Amino acid sequence: MSSFDELIKSMISGDRRALGKIITLMENDSSSSAYIIPRIHNLTGNAHIVGITGPPGSGKSSIVDKLVSCYRKDGLKVGVIAIDPTSPFTGGAILGDRIRMKQHYTDRDVFIRSMATRGNLGGLSEATGNTIKALDAFGKDVIIIETVGAGQVEVDIVKVADTVIVVSVPSMGDSVQTLKAGIMEIGDIFAVNKADIEGVEKCILEIRMMLELSEKKEGWIQPIIKTYGNKDEGANKLYEAIKEHNKYLIESGHNEKKRIIRGKTELVNILQNLFIRNLYKTISEEEMEELAKKIANREKDPYMIIEELIPRLKKFV
Amino acid sequence: MPEKKLRILIAKPGLDGHDRGAKVVARALRDAGMEVIYTGLRQTPESIVETALQEDVDIIGLSILSGAHNYLFKKVIDLLKKEGAEDIPIFGGGIIPEDDMPYLKEIGVKRIFGPGTSTEDIVSYIKEMTNKS
Repeated sequence: MSSFDELIKSMISGDRRALGKIITLMENDSSSSAYIIPRIHNLTGNAHIVGITGPPGSGKSSIVDKLVSCYRKDGLKVGVIAIDPTSPFTGGAILGDRIRMKQHYTDRDVFIRSMATRGNLGGLSEATGNTIKALDAFGKDVIIIETVGAGQVEVDIVKVADTVIVVSVPSMGDSVQTLKAGIMEIGDIFAVNKADIEGVEKCILEIRMMLELSEKKEGWIQPIIKTYGNKDEGANKLYEAIKEHNKYLIESGHNEKKRIIRGKTELVNILQNLFIRNLYKTISEEEMEELAKKIANREKDPYMIIEELIPRLKKFV
Repeated sequence: MPEKKLRILIAKPGLDGHDRGAKVVARALRDAGMEVIYTGLRQTPESIVETALQEDVDIIGLSILSGAHNYLFKKVIDLLKKEGAEDIPIFGGGIIPEDDMPYLKEIGVKRIFGPGTSTEDIVSYIKEMTNKS
């Protein structure tokens, strides 16, 4: 593991390639994460984590690009994690979000990493949480996460981000859409992008009505901000709103609460993965197949089988 | 479950504005189960190398139709060396005359794919290259 230690050392001292490699290691292999995270955990917890979510083509990447410019103007160091979907058929992916962020390619204080979902549901990839930690330990002041184009239930971003921005565009559906549960519930800030096209006022009205009906977030009124794709207009207002929300989180003590919830999510996720890995070590693929057949031909029901398996599963907890 | 995936950078350096070829290759690699990072048009060698470091790619493919291949390949290779990343192999595609091939090979371009190449050839070449390292 000594090569790991060297990589971690280089990363902490600011080596961009070492950071890139550490992210790859954690993405490919959870035992690497189990080695790396304990060695960087104490260096994390300093960055403000901003999540951006919304439907495909709503302009998330362009908004990220603009926000990066705002942060850089204030001299802050930025990490970006841009997530795109993995093909369910071939396992491949085209990672193209960074195309919108070209102007920051050679800025040494901006680190952009594209990630594929690799089968993870919820809008993020399995390694997103650990990648946030790596960027945090690397010394980024702010980490922006762009989710995959989200529909209604890709809401995992709320578990990792301090501030969540939900991007909408006009003419995406009637007011029933904003009544539905899911993505519209998780926004701390709403951005109505492409606000120069028709229907923008109606869109804003519907979001406002939805917010008025929903449970209030203690002491925070979610702002709705018009943005205009890659134009500066609107992006500055959005930037101000993010800073305002961060201030609110710190002053109200919500920051602390969010971090505790996040710690819990991390624990549960790691335990879940550990359990599943050990499950497949204990029960072979063939045995699993045999058991499945019994369920299929109604010889046994799933609960009956689990009852029988439990003694064998107990030993790895 | 986490698993190792090949990560490929497909980049368009220089000033030509045609990326149909680059996109066809990107799509073929995607369909072969790889993760493809595409930079978009008109990138500088500096931005390509920086992207390769951040994305930790296994191999870089440069698509050049402008005629400036001798200059651009050299520049990217030099910058990779400067960053201590010369272990990342480079291949190329586009309109590149036979006469320039020896020079490109000499400076370290592993392989050039010209017009008419089948995408399967590129896929199997990448698999072979990345297996070695």
